[in-house]
Amino acid sequence: MKIVIAGGFGAGKTTFVGAVSEIVPLTTEAVMTAVAERVDDVRGVPGKQTTTVAMDFGRVTLDSDLVLYLFGTPGQTRFWFMWDDLCRGAIGAVVLVDTRRLADSFSAVDYFEDFGLPYVIGVNCFDGKLVHEVSDIREALSVPQDVPVVTLDARDRESVKAALIRLVQQSVSFRTKVGAPVGTGIS
Amino acid sequence: MGSEGEASPFVRPYAVTGGRTQSHSQLAMEALVTVTARGWNVMHTLVPEYEKVCRLCSEFKSVAEIAALLKMPLGVTGVIVGDLAESGLVSVQQPDDPDSQPDLALLERVLIGLRNL
Repeated sequence: MKIVIAGGFGAGKTTFVGAVSEIVPLTTEAVMTAVAERVDDVRGVPGKQTTTVAMDFGRVTLDSDLVLYLFGTPGQTRFWFMWDDLCRGAIGAVVLVDTRRLADSFSAVDYFEDFGLPYVIGVNCFDGKLVHEVSDIREALSVPQDVPVVTLDARDRESVKAALIRLVQQSVSFRTKVGAPVGTGIS
Repeated sequence: MGSEGEASPFVRPYAVTGGRTQSHSQLAMEALVTVTARGWNVMHTLVPEYEKVCRLCSEFKSVAEIAALLKMPLGVTGVIVGDLAESGLVSVQQPDDPDSQPDLALLERVLIGLRNL
């Protein structure tokens, strides 16, 4: 099982993962080969370009046979092609928002809306105080009314847990509402 | 191991996998891998990268963890795990259809697990 943690650079993704992970968050590197003009040029490999995408992740054992992985999205928008792999089969996503840089989260919101992945907005209150009202943030990000906007402290385990629980609840209601097939392998 | 050429013990992970970075079976990065009894018994005969994966998975690890801990790219790790699984040396636990979204019963278990943390 996995949950995707998205957000702009410095929004607190690694801190969020570290707050609940039973392991020190690990970094894995996926080497991507893509026919993309925007990735770095690799000399001597005509027609192919490779780039390395790093992502942090943590692990939470929920039961003897049930493990939840939290994957941070590679921050740079040019690595979005990686997100499809991350999101496939995921429970949903937490979009971490730094209220000082709201615009950094627009792209993640758009992406999950397009992908049809349940998500919640997690407003990371770095110093314990909320700079903007939740309703203002919702409006600024133009997220639909049925998408929860929660405030949290990414350093605090209970706060992170609560956000994850909210996301799973959202995922349950999303599935029920959409009428997606219940049970694996039917879709 | 794989049908695409035997590798010497002295080559880097890409060469070990015969240049493959995609597994035959679609392995999710969160798929859980455990060495089988047979894998444990024969792992000393394997190419080092394959042996390391078997050794690491004496307790289950996700594909992503294996990649991170052995400092191998995700794609190559998937190929190695896929090869080992095809030979019955590791078992892989993941949804039948990795593309499908988790079902409601599973989500309920996740909710309970999170609340009990």
